[in-house]
Amino acid sequence: MSLLDMIGPVMIGPSSSHTAGACRLGLVAHHLLGEAPRRAVIGLHASFAKTGRGHGTHLALVAGLLGYGPDDPRLPRAFEEAEAAGLSVEFRDVDLGDVHPNTAHIELHGAEHSVTVQGSSTGGGVIRVTEVQGLGVNFSGSSPTLLLRYADAVGMIARVASTVAADGVNIAALTCTREARGGRALLAIELDQALSPEALAFLNRWPDMNWVRPLPKLMDG
Amino acid sequence: MTTLEALMNAPAPASAWVLAQDCAETGLNPDDVRAEMARRIGEMRASVERGLRSDARSITGMVGWNAKGLWDAPDVLGAPLLRRVQAYAMAVNEENARMGRIVAAPTAGSAGTIPGALLGVADHLGLPDERLVDPLILAAGVGKAISKRMFISGAAGGCQAEIGSSAAMAAAAVTELLGGSPRACVHAASLALMNTIGLVCDPVGGYVEVPCVSRNAFFAVHAVSAAQLALAQLESFIPPDEVVGAMASVGRLMPAELRETAEGGLAQTPTGLAVTARMEGREETGGMIELPMA
Repeated sequence: MSLLDMIGPVMIGPSSSHTAGACRLGLVAHHLLGEAPRRAVIGLHASFAKTGRGHGTHLALVAGLLGYGPDDPRLPRAFEEAEAAGLSVEFRDVDLGDVHPNTAHIELHGAEHSVTVQGSSTGGGVIRVTEVQGLGVNFSGSSPTLLLRYADAVGMIARVASTVAADGVNIAALTCTREARGGRALLAIELDQALSPEALAFLNRWPDMNWVRPLPKLMDG
Repeated sequence: MTTLEALMNAPAPASAWVLAQDCAETGLNPDDVRAEMARRIGEMRASVERGLRSDARSITGMVGWNAKGLWDAPDVLGAPLLRRVQAYAMAVNEENARMGRIVAAPTAGSAGTIPGALLGVADHLGLPDERLVDPLILAAGVGKAISKRMFISGAAGGCQAEIGSSAAMAAAAVTELLGGSPRACVHAASLALMNTIGLVCDPVGGYVEVPCVSRNAFFAVHAVSAAQLALAQLESFIPPDEVVGAMASVGRLMPAELRETAEGGLAQTPTGLAVTARMEGREETGGMIELPMA
């Protein structure tokens, strides 16, 4: 949390948790999809479902899916912009269990790929992403984050970490989850700086690597 | 570790110390942070100006005409500073309620307090916006010090955590703007906080409109009062970090009904319940809710 997060974000109202944070959750899905979004199914939990519509939560989520930041003047027109961009969105009220009351589950499809993201808006525009592609993660988007899906194997984390180190980038935090031994795994790495395109391309070429997505820093500070 | 105690004993001006500390921690460039803070003052001013001109209703229809109404009304008390500070604060929150662009400071629900106090005092005294960059950095530093020990959202700690924090931040900023020492700035923040402890978050229908818009007007004035006391060398008897600790403790003791759930306080009055029912009844209609009030 930096000074620019205390005085900020610059945002379209009304609520930093229901609007700015919701927009940032949409942005996570936007960046992880990595192509133009075509169809989204958004599950809204508890307070997001109950008071979201009046707070513009629906608009903010869709704005994020389109790649707009919390201060984008197009945010209040996000539904029209989505229609023009060929993105159809369906909202559902869902019970996601014992999670933060401001939580959304986003399923986003493009022409080639799909991504699912679950995350909470915890106040002041701050978010916490708790699930990507059905696997548990724990990051805030306050620094560039690298997400990787691969088949679990001995030494994968060490190989990824040494690639990041060779790129001159420092790791701030790392979470790894796998479905089962030898099953699909998800690695989320929060970095001090974004990885170079060359390093990303190198990771992408590994045969056991299914999916590599760089998420830019989403906070101001 | 950023504490109010450390800030109080920092060399003057307090804002320079805050900026150096934060940049060492985050790796950001001080010139970039100052440039961005200058831009945010511009954003605050733009939201004040739009808010003072518009009387369009908010999403729920509960607010929207208050800032313009006050700004256009005669100054019956002969207190132009008071009216200016209140109108600026409400202008920002009404702009926020109608989905306009604002700077969350620290949250959207409390966004009017700092521009109300800081821009209001500066305009009253004819000071240029360049003078407000460092005070705004100090405000952020005070908010950061509070947030180390206490959540700054109403849902976590009641309105004391939200507008209490913004009032403390604004009080410190106004004190530095008027030449106060780091000690005076922190005592201004502490005095403002002491007088917000126990404040519940009870938004009608769950929306940051009632009582939030008028509450920002009151707390912008509250911040200016705290700055005035501190500039006259009055101090908070309880040390500032202990005041933050007390607020955190009260926040934990506060029942969930009084922490932004709309299950207590004004939200549970007959009118509050009627608004809630009407809002919930319109959930399926999509888009913005038109809710003309009687």
